[in-house]
Amino acid sequence: MENVLLVAYDDDEGSRRALDFAVSRAEASGASLRLLHVLHWSPYSFLTQEELAERHKRRNEEMARAKAAVVGPALERLKGSAVEVEGLIRYGNPAEVICAVARETGACQIFVGRVGGTTLSERLFGGVASTLVQAAPVPVTVVP
Amino acid sequence: MRATIPAALGAALLPLAARAQEAAEAVPGAAMTFDERINAVFEPVATFISGIIFYTVPLGDVDFPLIVGWLIVAASIFTLYFGFIQFRAFKHAIELVRGDYSDPNDAGEVSHFQALATALSGTVGLGNIAGVAVAVSLGGPGATFWMILAGLLGMASKFTECTLGVKYRNEYADGTVSGGPMYYLSKGFEKRGMTGLGKFLAVFFAVCCIGGSLGGGNMFQANQAYQQMVNITGGTESWLADKGWLFGLVMALIVGVVIIGGIKSIASVTEKIVPFMAILYVTASIVIIVMNLNHLGEAVGAIIGGAFSPESIGGGIVGVIIQGFRRAAFSNEAGIGSASIAHSAVRTKEPATEGIVSLLEPFIDTVVICTMTALVIVFSGSYLQTELSGVEVTSAAFASAFSWFPYVLAVAVVLFAFSTQLSWSYYGLKSWTYLFGEGTAKELVFKVIFCLFVVIGCTMQLGSVVDFSDSMIFAMGIANVIGLYVLMPEVKREVNGYFARIRSGEIKKHR
Repeated sequence: MENVLLVAYDDDEGSRRALDFAVSRAEASGASLRLLHVLHWSPYSFLTQEELAERHKRRNEEMARAKAAVVGPALERLKGSAVEVEGLIRYGNPAEVICAVARETGACQIFVGRVGGTTLSERLFGGVASTLVQAAPVPVTVVP
Repeated sequence: MRATIPAALGAALLPLAARAQEAAEAVPGAAMTFDERINAVFEPVATFISGIIFYTVPLGDVDFPLIVGWLIVAASIFTLYFGFIQFRAFKHAIELVRGDYSDPNDAGEVSHFQALATALSGTVGLGNIAGVAVAVSLGGPGATFWMILAGLLGMASKFTECTLGVKYRNEYADGTVSGGPMYYLSKGFEKRGMTGLGKFLAVFFAVCCIGGSLGGGNMFQANQAYQQMVNITGGTESWLADKGWLFGLVMALIVGVVIIGGIKSIASVTEKIVPFMAILYVTASIVIIVMNLNHLGEAVGAIIGGAFSPESIGGGIVGVIIQGFRRAAFSNEAGIGSASIAHSAVRTKEPATEGIVSLLEPFIDTVVICTMTALVIVFSGSYLQTELSGVEVTSAAFASAFSWFPYVLAVAVVLFAFSTQLSWSYYGLKSWTYLFGEGTAKELVFKVIFCLFVVIGCTMQLGSVVDFSDSMIFAMGIANVIGLYVLMPEVKREVNGYFARIRSGEIKKHR
């Protein structure tokens, strides 16, 4: 089975460190990388009439922006390395989507940055990293 | 942009005030308030229009408005034609809303839940609070029975129109969508070689939809919000009692800030608060129903007995049926075509799925929420107090259980009214742009007219507002239902094909 490492990437400090760390692991083990960026989305949120009508257009815009500003530059940065990388952009609840993509791609490990989350909700409910630690189907490496 | 709103409104109001002045002068020796003057101008217009739409035929010793029969007959035909789809597909509708069949690759698009929630926030509102009170006051508790029946039948009409809404929507290059009866009437008829008729019906629908958005979607809402505010601030003694125009002006400004000024955050906040108000309202109703559990038998007896007893108020059994059907249709808008505009934005390869989801709308709106309101009103007996009208009846009914509830209700009514106004301003605008084309200036004209009608709605008497609102909204149903009859074989092919693909396993659950 192909050796795949999944990196949850958000273009913040923590996820950049996670990416660098995952690249070094991939180089050492000859694994390929999947770089996943999740756009937060709930199918149960409430939208206005206009938001409904424009949703598809907005979604295209959001995808394009994520590609140009987040995933694209990260892939660009890895161009020089020998590791094979594929960028993915998905919608949904970040932790749920990361778990789903890990199953889908057959990833053997998930890398995620530890954001120094100090907001009240993160302390109460835990951020994406702590949710992954509890729910992920494969080992999770939280990069500080 | 925002600064121009008051100026635009003021300018738009001037000729109105002048006309009101003339009307006031026409009544000799009348010292009319500003509210009464506006009322004097619009009441004859409202009466005239509703006289045409509500053309009645004598049935026994009561007059039966043909349009009510038109919608009920249509709903019954769709129910039979689609083999009681409202019951067959009910479970599947819930699965669709839960997202069981949603393709994960479509995440980020409009979900079935979102389309339903938005459509519901346009329909759940005053029809459920004030409309039920009107029905029970005029038709007795038995009107509730006919409302529930109309709600159940209406599910089939809603299914038909929402399936067509998705099937014939316009998808533009930039990814935005426009759907609704205007589109299936014109495109669907064109396919059958009836281009002229389709175009005519689409235009007729769009004109009525603009009227409906100004009437039921606006004036009625503003009027009831104002009544409720007067009510809780002291009734006829209230400082607001003869200042409908002032309340209307404030409400028009807020509506204007959103629809003209484009302040989306207000709309988003409303869209998020309204579902919670609905939950609060339903919870309060359930609590009152539980508190009166020992009277539940009596109340249900009154509802079923009253439905068939010829002694019930106002014209015997036919009178009761008319009240029940009329308020149900006004509340859930099944067969009217409005919801089709909201539902058509969903992302789906199968138009039938959105039709099936939309079945739930009349169910939640009429069968669940209206029935609860009716039970609370029947428990309290507030409908027997002749000095109360519309939302006051509901308010009094809730107050008999919780003395503070009228305040909550007032907030709920204003919010419901506001969210319904926003939804209908969109329906009206879509019809307006269908007729006149898109463009900022053209759209601004409609938006200013819409704001103006907020003020008019607050100053008119409830009776004439209800007549005007009902007549314009029902008129939409004339064109829409003709379209549904012609296009229903296509809906049948869609839904049969869809269920066949589910059975064959071609369409799978994603979770």
